[in-house]
Amino acid sequence: MILDIDERDGWVVVATRGEVDLQHAPRLRKALTDSLLGGRGVIVDLSPVTFIDSSGIAALIEAYQMARTGGNAFILAAPSAPARRVLKLARLDTVFAIADSVTAATEGP
Amino acid sequence: MTISLLDRRFAARPEHLGDIRRAVSEAARRAGCDDEETGDVVLAVDEACQNVIRHGYGDAEGDVIVQMEIADTSLIVRITDFAPPVDADILHPRPLYEMRPGGLGLHFIRSVMDDIAFLTPPEGAGNLLQMIKHVGARA
Repeated sequence: MILDIDERDGWVVVATRGEVDLQHAPRLRKALTDSLLGGRGVIVDLSPVTFIDSSGIAALIEAYQMARTGGNAFILAAPSAPARRVLKLARLDTVFAIADSVTAATEGP
Repeated sequence: MTISLLDRRFAARPEHLGDIRRAVSEAARRAGCDDEETGDVVLAVDEACQNVIRHGYGDAEGDVIVQMEIADTSLIVRITDFAPPVDADILHPRPLYEMRPGGLGLHFIRSVMDDIAFLTPPEGAGNLLQMIKHVGARA
């Protein structure tokens, strides 16, 4: 898993590339929670995810809950087919804010 | 006719999950699975092995044996570990909001596989999980 963390239009964009599993999920969780500590909204670009399992989903849930508590926006952008499949299996596709692209996410609802 | 697709022993460690997924993906492809079927079987095996690592062995070291075979349109996966026996009751479905440790992974397994059961493990082993998925194509 490779994480590319960027700032864009006042948002923190965390691009998540490759496989998010038990080995890598702790690093994703830390990157997301660290980003949220800055007080800005976070966009997670899931378009380059080739695999994600329950440990990766748990990292997203934890960050989502932290964002809600802190009053920050937390948006998933352009989930790849494997990511979309797992979000749907977890019935989270209607819980998370999901945008078609990072650009769409920065433009808000 | 039953065709063996995979029979490999791996160290049950997070850094080996990628190797396990690649071996399972290759075997599922050889069985004629399409993209979605292959992704589903890979997810189920990853989750099952993850539960063995996290909840079976805990801080201890151990191995996991992953076997796959296809019989007609049934893709059969067996995962054997050497951890203490688990309570077979964990396989029973429960609502997502009543999640136990490892519960989301089990929910994924139940969602993508057609049949799951703990079988009597071979002598010396701890648990034998069998998962079956009915697939469209034949080997």
